Formats: sequence, C-alpha cells, structure tokens
Amino acid sequence: MKADPIALLTSLGHAVTSRLDRLGLATRFAIAVFSVLGVVFVRFGLIIRELYFSGVRSLSIVIVSGLFVGMVLAVQGYEVLQRYGSTEALGVIVALSLVRELGPVVTALLFAGRASSAVTAEIGLMRATDQLAAMDMMAVDPLARVIAPRFLAAIFSLPLLAALFSAAGIVGAWIIGVKLIGIDDGAFWSQMQASVDVRIDIVNGVLKSVVFGVAVGLISVFEGYFAVPTAEGVSTATTRTVVTSSLAVLLLDLVLTVMMFRGLN
Amino acid sequence: MSERQDIIRIENVRFAYGERPILDELSLTIRRGEIIAIMGASGGGKTTLLGLIGGRLIPSAGKVFVEEQNVPSLSKSALYALRRRIGMLFQFGALFTDLSVFENVAFPYREQTDLSEDMIRTLVLMKLEAVGLRGAAQLMPSELSGGMARRVALARAITLDPSIMLYDEPFTGLDPISVGIIGRLIKRLNAALGMTSVIVTHDLNETLRLADRVVVLSAGKVYCDLSPDEIRASTDPFIRQFADGLPDGPVPFHYPANDYVGDLLAS
Ligand SMILES: Nc1ncnc2c1ncn2[C@@H]1O[C@H](COP(=O)(O)OP(=O)(O)OP(=O)(O)O)[C@@H](O)[C@H]1O
Ligand SMILES: [Mg+2]
Repeated sequence: MKADPIALLTSLGHAVTSRLDRLGLATRFAIAVFSVLGVVFVRFGLIIRELYFSGVRSLSIVIVSGLFVGMVLAVQGYEVLQRYGSTEALGVIVALSLVRELGPVVTALLFAGRASSAVTAEIGLMRATDQLAAMDMMAVDPLARVIAPRFLAAIFSLPLLAALFSAAGIVGAWIIGVKLIGIDDGAFWSQMQASVDVRIDIVNGVLKSVVFGVAVGLISVFEGYFAVPTAEGVSTATTRTVVTSSLAVLLLDLVLTVMMFRGLN
Repeated sequence: MSERQDIIRIENVRFAYGERPILDELSLTIRRGEIIAIMGASGGGKTTLLGLIGGRLIPSAGKVFVEEQNVPSLSKSALYALRRRIGMLFQFGALFTDLSVFENVAFPYREQTDLSEDMIRTLVLMKLEAVGLRGAAQLMPSELSGGMARRVALARAITLDPSIMLYDEPFTGLDPISVGIIGRLIKRLNAALGMTSVIVTHDLNETLRLADRVVVLSAGKVYCDLSPDEIRASTDPFIRQFADGLPDGPVPFHYPANDYVGDLLAS
C-alpha cells in the first residue's frame, strides 16, 4: 500500500484537532463544575456518601500499601546508611521520602485505580441509562448533584489518605528498623522530629496531594460524564481514567517538586 | 384566545445528528389538556422531538414554544423553572440505580420542596399506590422487572403534578393488563389535573383508545394529524401500514443502506 501524503496529513491534522477539541471540552467542563461547587458546600450531606465510597473504602489498600512501602524503604535505607555508619538517620530518610514524595504520589496512583475508576464507571453508566438526563429533566443539575460531590470527595480524601499512607509507612519502617534490625528507638524518632520541617515538608506534601486530588477527581468525572453511552464506551472511559490520572500525577509531581524543592539549602 | 390554549407550539423545526437530518421543517401545535399520540417508524425522530420540547436538544432552526416561552433561548434557570412543570417518562425508565423505589419517587420532593418527612412519605406512597407498586417501595431498581421499573418511573414523573407530561413509549414491554392500567392512569391524570400529555408510542390499540389526536411522523415532518376515528377509517396506504402492522408499504423497514447483494459480495 502506498502512503498518500495528503491523507497522512489529513489524519494527522484530525488527530491534533480532535485532541485540542477534547482539551477545550475538558476546560469548559472544569469551569462548569467549579461554578457549581458552592451548591455542594450548602448541601454538605451530598459529599458524605462520596467520601465514604472514595475515601473510607480506600483506607485498607492505602494503609497496607503504606506499611509495605515503609518496610521496603527501611531495608533499602539501612543497607545504604550502614556504609556511612549513620543508621540512626533511617527515620529521617524514611519520613522525608514518604511525606514529600511517596505518600502523595503512591496514594494518588492507588486512588486512581481504586476509587476514580469506580467513579468514572458509575457516572458513565448513569449517562448510558439516561439517569443524568432524567435528573436534568427534573430540573436538578447533574453537575451539582452528581459530578461536584464526587469531584470534591477526591480533593478531600487524597490529602487525608496520603497522611495515613505516610504514617503507616513510618510505622512499617519502625517495625523493620527498630524492632527487627535493632536501631536505637530514641534516635529513630528524635532525628525524625528534628529534621522534618512543617512548612517545607509537610505543607508541601499536603499541597501536592490537593493538586493531585483536583487532577484525579476532575479526570474521573470528566471521563464518566462524556463516556460513550455503551458498555464498551464505559469500559474505555474507565481505562482512560486510570491511565490519564497516573500520567497526570507523575507529571504534576515533577513540576511541583521542581517548584517546591529546587534551591533548598 | 386560541393563543392561550396552545401550550406547546413547534414551528418549522429542523434537527440533525451530524450530517443526517432527523426533523425537517416540522410544525406542530398541542393544546392545553389534550392527549396527543406521536407515532412513526423506529428511528423517525420521536424521542428527538420530546428532547426538543424538554429543552434537552437545541434545534438548528425553528422555534419551540412551551407555555409561550421559546425553549431553545431560555437561560438555565428559566429552563429549570419550566421543567418543574414538565414530567418526563423515559423510554427505559431511567430510575436512579443507587436509590430504592421509595427514594426514587421521593427524589423530586427532596430536591424541589421543603416538605416534612411525614408528608413526603404519604405522598410517595400515594403515587406508588396509583401505579400499583406500594408493596415494592423498599426494593432496589435492580430487583424490578422492566414493566415495574416503567411504572415506578411514571410515579416519579408525576410527583410534582406537572402540567405537561411527556411519555416516551410508556407501553413497550408491558403485559396487556399493565398497558390498560397505565393507559387509564394517563387518562385519569389528564382529566383530574388538567395535564397535557404527549405520548410517543407504537401501541396503536391503546393509542386509539386513549388519544384525542394522533400525529404520524414521516421523513422528519408531520405526515398526518388525525383523530382516532379518522385513523380507523383511513384508507391512506401509509396509515394502513401502521394500523395493520404490515412490513411492506410506504415505510421502509430497513435503515438506509447500500445495495444488499453488492454489500454481501463486497467481502
Ligand atoms: N446521540 C445520537 N447521536 C447520533 N444519532 C442519534 C443519536 N440519538 C439518536 N440518533 C439517531 O436519530 C434518529 C432518531 O432517533 P430517535 O431516538 O428520535 O428515534 P425514535 O423515533 O424515538 O425511534 P424509536 O421508536 O426506535 O425509539 C435515529 O435514527 C438515531 O440513529
Ligand atoms: Mg425513541
């Protein structure tokens, strides 16, 4: 088959414009969602269910993952620190890694797989079965009633889950480092307390989580809201939520890390 | 005077999905208090027409007046104010799957009114009783048959006593007894509450029993606008094809396609 340069150019152009189209759609959608957020604060009850489904139900996976990651960090960290004879710094290394990076990032990735995918599928099915249309015809705005609470739940849940992830990770590291390897208990905690800064480390970490929450939350409701109303369309949208969210989190993390931690010390 | 009586007025409306025109210069007037049946071939644009009346779809040309307001030009809040007076029964019910039957019917009250819990309970049970499903109040939508779901959706659609009801195929998939019950219910609502009902349906028997007027769509236009008696007596081949359910006639059964033999040989 001979490649037709015109056809090639056309399809390339189409690919670009359709992506730009979708970006424009996403932007207008985001503005529409932000403009109805106030409604949800007035009726806070709407968020409770979503916090339960997205946040509370993600607790076990987040805590267990945090424990494992903390344990692995302790084993790896100890191995390196031993060469320099400063194994008491294990607590610092683990805490900083978790609070600054792994807590927000890994939690957001887990959240995308565990909660956001479910949100996309739920909203996509509501669209496919005319539930959103029915609500709209009852003069109830689906953006305010269905979309906004799920979006806000992601923003509220992520920082809390990330904090729990980090806490679980530190406990995991303590179990390995102090209980099994035998690092000094006092040194482990006191060095950690002395070196973890509230503003630089904790506030920045929480900030990252909030930004990830906005990104992951927005992607999940957008993909669901505009899912093609068929079984295949919903499954495609669900996959896309996980892939796009994960990439967005990693890219945003790079940008935020450079902005927050470049030029420290 | 006749102006006041026209509750819905559709003027030269055009609507297309992409390149494919669905409605073409369609005009239709619906008077207050009447029951009007919309018939026409599958894919002929009946659901689309209801979407235009409810303001969910925007025509590419023409005007849609509901209660003297031009629907496509309304702001969101004005549109929502209008929709509080419109009830719509969707083709597949569109019940909220995360809410029980009771909560589905209570939904409009909870969203649109400040009624007490006791009052809501009473009203919801009355609406469910009207469709014969008071006993199913605590079931979830997944536990209902298709026909039951439709009846719950009907109860939900009439919660706020709308002045206009749009029904998208209320009879499809119902057993003959339920068809009769729903038909009588539509008629009773219309009489008791002074509602105007627009019913999209394929059920000709029930339509002829129920409707004041039957509108048949064809090629995106109103093909005819007749009383049930006139339909029964009509000798028009197109109408007879509908009335008698014949596969061959002016209405093609097939979606437009390439030549069949050519298509088969093409592989
Ligand atoms: N979202 C959409 N995108 C593209 N085309 C659509 C869409 N919805 C409907 N159509 C097309 O518009 C035409 C009219 O659809 P509509 O749902 O109004 O038909 P209908 O008269 O209600 O048919 P039925 O009796 O089968 O319900 C159909 O041929 C359908 O292919
Ligand atoms: Mg239809």
